[in-house]
Amino acid sequence: MAKVLVVTSGKGGVGKTTSAAALGAALAQSGQKVVVVDFDVGLRNLDLVMGAERRVVFDLVNVIQGDAKLAQALIRDKRVETLWLLPASQTRDKDALTPEGVARVVAELREKFDWVICDSPAGIERGAQLAMRHADQAVVVTNPEVSSVRDSDRIIGLLDSRTELAERGERMEKHLLLTRYETARANRGEMLKTEDVLEILSIPLLGIIPESQEVLRASNIGSPVTLSNPLSAPARAYFDAARRLRGETVPMTVPEEKRGFVQRLFGRRVA
Amino acid sequence: MLRPEAPVDGWLAELDAQVLRSPGFLASKPAVVDLGGVTAEDADLAGLVRGLQGRGLRIIAVEGADPSWTGAAEWGAAIPGGRPTGPVEMPEAAAEPPPAPIEPAGLIVEEPVRSGQSIIYPKGDVTVIGSVASGAEVFAGGSVHVYGTLRGRVVAGFNGNSKARVFCRRLEAELVAIDGVYRTADDMDATLRGRAVQAWLEGGSIVMTALD
Repeated sequence: MAKVLVVTSGKGGVGKTTSAAALGAALAQSGQKVVVVDFDVGLRNLDLVMGAERRVVFDLVNVIQGDAKLAQALIRDKRVETLWLLPASQTRDKDALTPEGVARVVAELREKFDWVICDSPAGIERGAQLAMRHADQAVVVTNPEVSSVRDSDRIIGLLDSRTELAERGERMEKHLLLTRYETARANRGEMLKTEDVLEILSIPLLGIIPESQEVLRASNIGSPVTLSNPLSAPARAYFDAARRLRGETVPMTVPEEKRGFVQRLFGRRVA
Repeated sequence: MLRPEAPVDGWLAELDAQVLRSPGFLASKPAVVDLGGVTAEDADLAGLVRGLQGRGLRIIAVEGADPSWTGAAEWGAAIPGGRPTGPVEMPEAAAEPPPAPIEPAGLIVEEPVRSGQSIIYPKGDVTVIGSVASGAEVFAGGSVHVYGTLRGRVVAGFNGNSKARVFCRRLEAELVAIDGVYRTADDMDATLRGRAVQAWLEGGSIVMTALD
């Protein structure tokens, strides 16, 4: 039974695309058949983050408008063979997505994959609402700061009202993924603490992804962080989150970078 | 409220037809008769009063009658200070009046109220089991009770109920209003922040005190 998962946040720049790619790759690395769908029509990024930008021929809009078959638009990852990408169109806008077309494509993807991960655009408008429309579960990506938290709260309200599940009177399972977290700064009060965010949003925690250079490096080389550096702190946090998505119970920790002795000596003095 | 119209005989016949259709509609009901629709020339007013009493009506007052009219004294004096009300709505032929639906005493919201959501409930109290988020609103005709943290805006008694109150388990509100009087976060006593608080209206301004 396929699961459709929307990765959403309301606010831009909090790590939706990074998280969609990393969670998708982590699930695929554990043997699951995964497709990550870019809903950010006009501002697509997922192809870059997954290193597939030179292989895009057809995209989501082509499939929705009937100009291409789904199989023609799906791009298979070169590193993990159970990982696929359905890219967005860069030359169109969100009006090119129709509710019927999205419903048809998602239904078709459900047949073929174990996980359909929808990478939502920022905002609360049409694109974001279509991305969440057919989801069974949601991952709400939030940074530990007030504006991100309030936007996430707004998105949770939409998940509970504007989705197919909600309209059928059912409850959508929602998970909080706290990204760019820095334990030291949270302890100094420069960031919201995990429990503050959880208290405000009152949805269960899926994982805490520490702030890390590795995430930026991974994006720049076009590889999900779970593939580019599986032992790094953010990769380990994403692997844990992916296991929790599959229903495993994993103790909640904030992974930290493993440092060599020399790095430990000098690492703190930089910057 | 009955409002006879000229010609009075025709109006009485219509009334009889109505009583036939729904027996018991007028029986022993206290009635106020509005004579604004007839003049002394139209009919014998003393005859009209006997006609109505003969149909089992209890006339408790009359209005719109000129004291100079013959027979006006028989109607009794007008009731002063009454509230204007509309004419009695005649039930449809043969229709049993439907039992009045039992109105809920208030609205209970079991989920947190999320940013961007508005709960509007003019009929009475609103009880929120969770929190009211920053950027969320709750409007109630009665009082508002929040068992989580109140971070958003609440408006109690918004349709003119100055007795309405606001209660919350933890005050972080952006705005609290009761019957049109409001107070923003900046004007709230800083020592009340984060505490269980109630707010009510006294002498035209909002009073807030800790509950714990």
